[in-house]
Amino acid sequence: MPMTHLQHLEAESIHIIREVVAEAEKPVMLYSIGKDSSVMLRLAMKAFHPAKPPFPLLHVDTTWKFRDMYEFRDRTVKELRIDLIVHVNPEGLKMNINPFVHGSTMHTDIMKTQALKQALDTYGFDAAFGGARRDEEKSRAKERIFSFRSAQHHWDPKNQRPELWRVYNCRKHQRESIRVFPLSNWTELDVWQYIQRESIPVVPLYFSKERPVVERDGALILVDDDRMPLGEGEAPVMRTVRFRTLGCYPLTGAIESGADTVPAIIQEMLLARTSERQGRVIDHDATASMEKKKQDGYF
Amino acid sequence: MDRSVRRSPHAPDLAGADIERYLEAQQYKGLLRFITCGSVDDGKSTLIGRLLYEANMLFEDQLAVLEADSKKFGTQGSELDFALLLDGLIAEREQGITIDVAYRFFSTDKRKFIVADTPGHEQYTRNMVTGASTADAAILLVDARKGVVMQTRRHSYLVSLLGIRHVVLAVNKMDLVEYARTTFAAVEDEYRAFAKQIGLADICCIPVSALRGDNILSLSDKTRWYQGPTVMGYLETVEVDHARLERAPFRMPVQWVNRPHADFRGFAGIVMSGTIRAGDRIRVQPSGRNSTVARLVAYEGELRQAGPGQSITITLADEIDVSRGDIISSADAPAGVADQFEATIVWMSDQPMLPGRPYWLKISAKTVTATITHLKYRVNVNTLEHLAAKRLELNEIGVCNVAVDRSIAFDPYRENRDTGGFILIDRLSNNTVGAGLLHFALRRSENIHWQATDIHKQARSLQKGQKACVLWFTGLSGAGKSTIANLIEKQLYARGLHTYLLDGDNVRHGLNRDLGFTDEDRVENIRRVAEVAKLMVDAGLIVLVSFISPFRSERRMARAMVEDGEFIEIYVDAPLAVAEERDPKGLYRKARRGELKNFTGIDSPYETPEHPEIRVDTTANTPESAADLIIAFLDESGAIRSG
Repeated sequence: MPMTHLQHLEAESIHIIREVVAEAEKPVMLYSIGKDSSVMLRLAMKAFHPAKPPFPLLHVDTTWKFRDMYEFRDRTVKELRIDLIVHVNPEGLKMNINPFVHGSTMHTDIMKTQALKQALDTYGFDAAFGGARRDEEKSRAKERIFSFRSAQHHWDPKNQRPELWRVYNCRKHQRESIRVFPLSNWTELDVWQYIQRESIPVVPLYFSKERPVVERDGALILVDDDRMPLGEGEAPVMRTVRFRTLGCYPLTGAIESGADTVPAIIQEMLLARTSERQGRVIDHDATASMEKKKQDGYF
Repeated sequence: MDRSVRRSPHAPDLAGADIERYLEAQQYKGLLRFITCGSVDDGKSTLIGRLLYEANMLFEDQLAVLEADSKKFGTQGSELDFALLLDGLIAEREQGITIDVAYRFFSTDKRKFIVADTPGHEQYTRNMVTGASTADAAILLVDARKGVVMQTRRHSYLVSLLGIRHVVLAVNKMDLVEYARTTFAAVEDEYRAFAKQIGLADICCIPVSALRGDNILSLSDKTRWYQGPTVMGYLETVEVDHARLERAPFRMPVQWVNRPHADFRGFAGIVMSGTIRAGDRIRVQPSGRNSTVARLVAYEGELRQAGPGQSITITLADEIDVSRGDIISSADAPAGVADQFEATIVWMSDQPMLPGRPYWLKISAKTVTATITHLKYRVNVNTLEHLAAKRLELNEIGVCNVAVDRSIAFDPYRENRDTGGFILIDRLSNNTVGAGLLHFALRRSENIHWQATDIHKQARSLQKGQKACVLWFTGLSGAGKSTIANLIEKQLYARGLHTYLLDGDNVRHGLNRDLGFTDEDRVENIRRVAEVAKLMVDAGLIVLVSFISPFRSERRMARAMVEDGEFIEIYVDAPLAVAEERDPKGLYRKARRGELKNFTGIDSPYETPEHPEIRVDTTANTPESAADLIIAFLDESGAIRSG
């Protein structure tokens, strides 16, 4: 009986996760609380069953995530009984970095890119799993599953190692590190189908509900807490919305939707006419922005 | 086939309650990985862009970007330039070429597809080989106006070499030849004749226009004479390799030994071929111990059986030694075990492959040290001719004998890509520098066994009242290696120690008389002298080796041949200007005049030792004081010991 595409993807991801754990000295799994992280975590649970995954989760926290995400994160690690490290850039805290004031570029650089590098250096992790998929963005389509970073965390797209068959070269020099993407070959549709098949819990924000939002530059921003400054005459209105991706709430646009179950989300996605990353403010900064960010050390 | 209806690849009406039925059907959807080969000019990126577009895999915002990009960089006038969808990296967009392998995804009701899009030019052979290594099928594009060209032959050879069993020849740009049947038939005939020669059996030729969409998703009105499948139709139905692998003997390389507590010991890995059930007899290779499968453990509960491609964890009935890198095989049909092979190697690095140089070899989950013992020939990838060669350069392919430092389990690549394919890793840069396809074990490795002798190194050293070791002098010509080594040997001799001095020039008069000064000959030169030094250490001697030995890799190889603490690297350091000024043999002058090729320091590199045990600065020391310094260090460190 040939395997289905989800079985193939699952087996490939588990193989990748095991290979890294066998060869790296100190691996860690980046946990962003989103649906891709939820899938990656389930795959890690499967890879080492009946043992727990032999590595901790790392959440690089900007302090601007949705409240639902923090709640979901804490519940998940408690239920699964796995270690979680939360890292916030202390300098960013001191500078009081605020996406409303400093804008998305600076916020992302200080609270995500720099914070991630700090965390990896502080704990000495030499391999970090990330949930990125090749279908998300063009420069990702050419990134390897095993992506090597210099001691300064730089990515050199012209000097990537060829990946043949299922043989992964995990060797690296001291202080170099690997970012590993076990979900490279998954698409957004695969992720949701797998969530459905496996009944994987995800943050409730993915499901539609009446929520208070304000419309800014064409994006629907959820008024998640009182840190959000409201302009003159700007008042939150209740709309039935959900999120296709989750990040920092000031930078993540909601979509109007009635999809409140996983099948309804899949159905909506199949009919959808816009791709997933559009809701993320971060990608619109410049052409080829993701490739530039990645060269600087962004995941 | 229906020529009029353009079918949506996602189930008919998703707006209704059909979603449940759709999700149900998705449970059985398969996966096909394929590669597209051809150059930019053949319309390869256009074809993939067209497939994505036709499968409704392009979203509105992507289309908007594509429209904008088409106006800015496009080559199709006012039309959408699908190639721009795929050329992701900035450099590629600027130069208008596809450099790397890009992976694309789309799906229809029947299958999910992973497309490896690789560049076509000869300088990107390694990229194509990479993309082909995981593909089940290949789409080869040819321009209908040009027919089968040299590039088509090269791509076909690589496809066949990498073991892809299903090939589509897409005869593209039919719109530019008025959809002429005769043009298509001529290309088809020529290609089939060639494919037969190189052993490609399953060929499907399709006339298409990627730009206009003819015969991509539905059969075109313009080629009514064509009755075969469309490109999408072929991709949806071509048989993947699963059935063949399922019938093959069981193989599972052990990736990870899962030991959460004393009562559980599981072996985790991916099934490369065959099926497995509890109760099956297995053999652990290369050790050769047999046992029985106790359980197949999974997160969902115990599995009844598992087959090719599944990541599993198994437990065994017996407490036998199993570690990462071992292969668990069917006891009835185990894999081969050997330490010497014939293999085809595709070279992927700017640094040439040199026979004799040690590399890491990784095959499934096992990493060993390997050397190419003999490069039999190089293959001209365009004409398939065999050519004599001493090295492999980037993108070159050769057939070699390979020796590894301990036995490994394997299958011929033709039978199993995963247990017969390996990568070679440079030991200094850690880069993947080569891909290898195992053919068969060499008989001599099966028949020549190491003869254990009763009188061993320790006994021989003890008899001489000393500790055997290698004093390895490296440095530029004229640095003073031989002079210093000679002084040291005299001092050691005076103490009653048993020594031998291997001098580079002297050895080249005898044992290495056949070698020149090219990189590959330098590697072989050092390999031989390292082997001789090893024998002499085994004989209990203190061996002084005075060789330029310019490359780190080979010095590291020599070090690895003897035991820890037995190799003392002495860097006789003289700056090039000083050595050239001394020029005791007049060689630098000759080299500067161009009368001597490949001279170290002039037109051949010297790689400075990174961590020598001893470094002597010959600008600050006379040979006598340098020798005294070295002797003092050896005494202090206890490296040589008399009495």
